[in-house]
Amino acid sequence: MTQTTNPSSPTAAEVPSRGLKRRLRLGERVIEGWIFLAGLLAIVVLLGIIFILLKEGLPVFANTNPWDFLFGTHWYPNADPSVFGIAPFLVSTLMITLISTIIAVPVGVACAAYLSEVAPPKVAETVKPIIEILAGIPSVMMGFIGLALLSPFVQSLFHLNTGLCGLTAAIMLSLMSLPIIVSVSEDALHAVPREFKEASYALGATKWETIWHVCIPAALSGIAAAIMLGVGRAIGETMTVLMVAGNALAVPASPVDPMTTMTAAIANSIGNAVRGGVQYQAIFAIGLILFILTLGVNIIAERVLERQKRKFSR
Amino acid sequence: MTTYSSRKITQRTAFTFLTLATVITVVPVLFIIIYTIVKGGGALTWDFLVQFPSQAGKAGGILPAIIGTFYLMLGTLVFALPIGVLAGIYLTEYAKDNWLTRLINLAIINLAGVPSIVFGLFGLSVFVMAFHFGLSLLAASLTLACQALAMVITTSREALLSVPREYREGSLAIGVTRWQTVRHIVLPQAMPGIITGAVLAISRAAGETAPILIVGAAFLLPALPTSPLDQFMALPYHLYTVSAHVPNMPKETVWGVALVLLIVVLSFDILAAAIRIKTRMRK
Amino acid sequence: MSINLNVPEMSNKPIDKCVTKLKVENASLYYGSFQALRKITLEIPSCAITAIIGPSGCGKSTLLRLFNRMNDLISGVKVEGNVELDGISIYDSKIDVTELRKRVGMVFQKPNPFPMSVTENVAFGPKRHGVKNRGELDEIVEKSLKQAALWDEVKDKLGQSGLALSGGQQQRLCIARVLAVEPEVILMDEPCSALDPVATLKIEDLMRNLAADYTIIIVTHNMQQAARVSDTAAFMMMESDRAGVLVEYGPTAQLFTNPKDKRTEDYITGRFG
Repeated sequence: MTQTTNPSSPTAAEVPSRGLKRRLRLGERVIEGWIFLAGLLAIVVLLGIIFILLKEGLPVFANTNPWDFLFGTHWYPNADPSVFGIAPFLVSTLMITLISTIIAVPVGVACAAYLSEVAPPKVAETVKPIIEILAGIPSVMMGFIGLALLSPFVQSLFHLNTGLCGLTAAIMLSLMSLPIIVSVSEDALHAVPREFKEASYALGATKWETIWHVCIPAALSGIAAAIMLGVGRAIGETMTVLMVAGNALAVPASPVDPMTTMTAAIANSIGNAVRGGVQYQAIFAIGLILFILTLGVNIIAERVLERQKRKFSR
Repeated sequence: MTTYSSRKITQRTAFTFLTLATVITVVPVLFIIIYTIVKGGGALTWDFLVQFPSQAGKAGGILPAIIGTFYLMLGTLVFALPIGVLAGIYLTEYAKDNWLTRLINLAIINLAGVPSIVFGLFGLSVFVMAFHFGLSLLAASLTLACQALAMVITTSREALLSVPREYREGSLAIGVTRWQTVRHIVLPQAMPGIITGAVLAISRAAGETAPILIVGAAFLLPALPTSPLDQFMALPYHLYTVSAHVPNMPKETVWGVALVLLIVVLSFDILAAAIRIKTRMRK
Repeated sequence: MSINLNVPEMSNKPIDKCVTKLKVENASLYYGSFQALRKITLEIPSCAITAIIGPSGCGKSTLLRLFNRMNDLISGVKVEGNVELDGISIYDSKIDVTELRKRVGMVFQKPNPFPMSVTENVAFGPKRHGVKNRGELDEIVEKSLKQAALWDEVKDKLGQSGLALSGGQQQRLCIARVLAVEPEVILMDEPCSALDPVATLKIEDLMRNLAADYTIIIVTHNMQQAARVSDTAAFMMMESDRAGVLVEYGPTAQLFTNPKDKRTEDYITGRFG
């Protein structure tokens, strides 16, 4: 196309030249700087936690070798020399987590299946907020309920000396991990494409056969993630186990023994520990192990969940 | 080959179990709430709410614990909300899809899974000791804010993402800067969602016990905190102590403390739900 | 071969009186490894309406968004070649994208008024650009709404939400919003595709009126519309790797009645024939 300039129309030079030069906008730069820093803060806090746990916790291994620390069966911080073996806490944590998971998973998954596949919409709309309320009840409250109501019941049921034991804690914990298991499993079941179910119905399967043979297998990785998240929650829970697990320092032989989890051990001992002393270091080392455990569980859950999401997204 | 009727029976049995599981989930919640109201309702007098405790909490009221919890919620909000919202803005409006963003997202996910007692250890080492805040409201608020951060960022991010892209484009396309677009278009639209998240976060903070047990909650104090560097009482910690450590506590008083805690926490949860429902209806 | 065109008023505006407002030289655009535009070269005249036509997915909108750098918002976008506004390269690193977008406004496919009142919608741009005075703002609002042929319809409900207007009114509100920041170029990305025929005609009339003062570029899939409103037209197509290329560019009348390229002819006759 040829361009000829005509006196009556504006030429490039006459066009009001509003510059395109970059403007400073100092105020915005400053705010955006803060926004960037705030964005980084999550990393800073997480790294800060790791750093603190390592800095305060690792020195204990100069005193007690890692093997003895992890598998030693005695925790005598006030003995001379002090002995730090966290096997009782590790075993307690694993035992309580395992039992609470065994209780919570079938109930939680069944509840999720009911809500997503069976329940009339009105019922589901009523039940979901109630489960949300359960998620909102503080753990100290659950501990108190376990202490006041559940432990006498467990005590008389198993003819125990005290109802404050691992089983009581595990039952309360299972209740507390239900909301996350239900909601994540339900999301997973919801994500199963309708075509899958329709294909199943078209083959003459009943609703239950469809749930059991189609929906649950298809949602399995999401359900697995839900279970992992529930496990993570149970491992890290403090107040409930502190109040109802019985706080005995021996390695528990049975679920109905009183016991102390890692979280409860931290809560019990931190108040008496001299800051910077060996016991203080040992407590941070427990924190470090606890952190690694929950981090591992959460990372696995996240991985599984990512895979589940990709599976049905086209 | 199984007959149709036997398959029907299987289905009915299975559905009964699914329903039962839901009942097992729901009934304890209702039971806990109703039982607490019944057992603690009697203790809930005006004096109980506005008096100081006496005789190791056996008599008197729980005013300092209520006030302390209120301060903690406020402190958590003051620290976690602005930073969480700014971080949410960074992630939705500025961050490119690169390694740093992935790292931030990874950090947020994992931060949400860190046990609360570990936050307590972190707060003790950083705020109480390294920053010399001592066992104090300030140290506890900062600790709880760190814990609430992941949740506030996540909910803010969701709220910001729900604002239609068209609004942003319309604004950017007339030469409005990115920050102005966020400030005047995106943030006002996302505000209800952000507030919902913040309310939920402080409701969690109000019920949190393990971290404050480490960084500054006290069982009994003669006076209300007058500065952020004072120690404080708090409802959940008070419930922990009177239920687990004080012998011969009058049962009704303990249930009363539990009821007040439950009311504080759940009323904020209900507030959050109400905001959510209201904005959904408006749209 | 004769083409039976059903074009109501073929524009015959003498485009050679205008200067080159926008110039594209050898521009290619990539989304990651996918090439969306290949070696586009064209010059857009001022005081005229230029239509970009072509089958869907051929990169019309991408080409349009090259002019106000809206493509920058998508991560992983890479632009090669040169794009100039009044002789200044707009992909230069020293360019302020915000200033560019003040001068090159954009109207979108789906009307997107902000969730605020009609007045606030129009005043939004000027306010952000520093106009504080209430009276001045009111003046801008009235002038822009009049320019956008919307004033008479909304003057009694300026305080109402922009979202409460009809689709066509919403689109004109969006045009008023752009006019309020006094741009030189207005980009329109299928502005009528979400509107009914009556609303469409109103927008087309409006475009013709605005053409005297603004450089307008419109992307449209509707060839009658391109023929009705534009002075020059660009026909784009996809190549086998789905990269968009410019096939033919020239005065609208010529492109529609006497296309030089066989592909243009096929497309036009295919649509009308």
